[in-house]
Amino acid sequence: MLRVEKLSTFYGNIQALREITIRARRGNITTIIGANGAGKTTLLRTVTGLIKARNGLVIYEDRDITNLQPNRIVHAGISMVPQGRQVFGDMTVAENLALGAYVRRRKERAEVRQDLDMVFGLFPVLEERRKQSAGTLSGGEQQMLAVGRALMSRPRLLLLDEPSMGLAPKVIQSIFKTLHRLHEQGLTILLVEQDAKIALETADYGYVMRTGRVALEGPADELLENEEVKRIYLG
Amino acid sequence: MEYWEFHVGRADRRQRALLVGSAVFVGLVIAATLISKGSTGFQWIVSGITVGSIYALIAMGFSVIYSSTRVINFAQGEFSMLGGMLMYSLSTRGGLPPWLGFIFSVLIVTAIGAALERLTIHPMRDQSVITIIIITIGIAIALRAVAKWIWGTDPVKIASFSGDSPIRFLGAAVVPQSFWVFGFAIVVVILVFLFFNRTLLGKGMRAAATNSDAASLVGVSSSTSSLIAWTIAAAVGAAAGIVIAPINFAGYNFGIMLGLKGFTAAVLGGLGSAPGAVVGGLVLGVLETITAGVFPSGYKDAVAFLILILVLLIRPQGLLGRAEDVKV
Repeated sequence: MLRVEKLSTFYGNIQALREITIRARRGNITTIIGANGAGKTTLLRTVTGLIKARNGLVIYEDRDITNLQPNRIVHAGISMVPQGRQVFGDMTVAENLALGAYVRRRKERAEVRQDLDMVFGLFPVLEERRKQSAGTLSGGEQQMLAVGRALMSRPRLLLLDEPSMGLAPKVIQSIFKTLHRLHEQGLTILLVEQDAKIALETADYGYVMRTGRVALEGPADELLENEEVKRIYLG
Repeated sequence: MEYWEFHVGRADRRQRALLVGSAVFVGLVIAATLISKGSTGFQWIVSGITVGSIYALIAMGFSVIYSSTRVINFAQGEFSMLGGMLMYSLSTRGGLPPWLGFIFSVLIVTAIGAALERLTIHPMRDQSVITIIIITIGIAIALRAVAKWIWGTDPVKIASFSGDSPIRFLGAAVVPQSFWVFGFAIVVVILVFLFFNRTLLGKGMRAAATNSDAASLVGVSSSTSSLIAWTIAAAVGAAAGIVIAPINFAGYNFGIMLGLKGFTAAVLGGLGSAPGAVVGGLVLGVLETITAGVFPSGYKDAVAFLILILVLLIRPQGLLGRAEDVKV
């Protein structure tokens, strides 16, 4: 569904991605693990158009979407839950979710309403707090809101950047349970995660990134058994 | 920073002290004026609020563009000048009824604002903010030159909307145009408020102002936001220029002072904050007219610049603004 071919991204003269090639298959959860600074976030930001790639291609559903503006990428059906949640803190939960459906047309109003109910079904706490300003939510609730907001554009591919960051283990469990449910409903997911264990347990296929390159790849259950992965990332 | 949030609720102690201090200061100045000058003093305050409403509108133009793009548009005053001069051509000379002249003038200036954004700002969107600010200075000079060429250098008198015979109002003689100014200012402020708080487009622009990455990720386009901001700023600026023009004389260089005063008001209230723009404009207008009454009127303009310098030195984020880290 998503193919990244030999993608290279620079920050000034510093090369952050070195000819990265990855694939996210339709209906799968694909994960990218790796240490801080390995380039995982840069990869997602390049795919979504927040940073420009210097070389390489991003192909989505057989269409070249390399270096499109972020809003065109959202229109194409890709949505991202950014690192650190990035909810609009001064706006209410309901407004955050409404903005998630920003790219959708006026005549889709009924479907947007349905999707809102779907999000409230996934995260009942958001419905309870829908008039509360997003900045007053707990970290876990903000993460739920960030996922909900991303779902409101009705994406076919969901990118998540470190959804476990700074959250309590119980909250992480519940977020990943939700990802599992979305996956069962047919959503394709590309998950960037530092917590290699939970990521590989959830995913179908995994990539290990190191200093801007793909160091290792394989089915997630095989990576879980890989000695090197065990030693460095699961240890 | 957000357009429509009063930061008073969450203000820190220093900000609260400063706000209370400023309010007390302005209150004392007004009280002293009223007590010592009686109805003349009241007259000054009424004209201060009149001109202050205009500064507030121009300051809002600055704020809207600043919040969406971090650009200070030094051509903001020129939108007001163009509005006033078009009103002169269409209504005073051209004989259109004022309401029709108003609508056409605002529409023309709005179209000019949108076109300027597409032709000069949009192509430079990947350049630094400073580059774009310098482009806006260029736009201002160009607009003044064109206006000078069309209307000449002599200031013109623009007909008031409903005559010039003063209305007695609580002991003060108020020209009817002042009421038009108040009315328009209130309507414009409400419209802008509704746009940013009730429409998805406006909320998207607020979102982009607070967190541009997250806004991009939900599909808010920075290019569209910039265009809308310029359109709104041009429309608001034009409306301000048209309603104030009958009170002042208007000319090709009428935008410079209005722009600088509006900028001062915006900085005083907190650049990027719309309530700040309103407060800043009114405070500046009142202080300025009182100074003009008490001291030789030549010092009038000095007040604005004294305030500008003081605010930039003491509290660059303004009264209602919030300090912001500038990332390099």
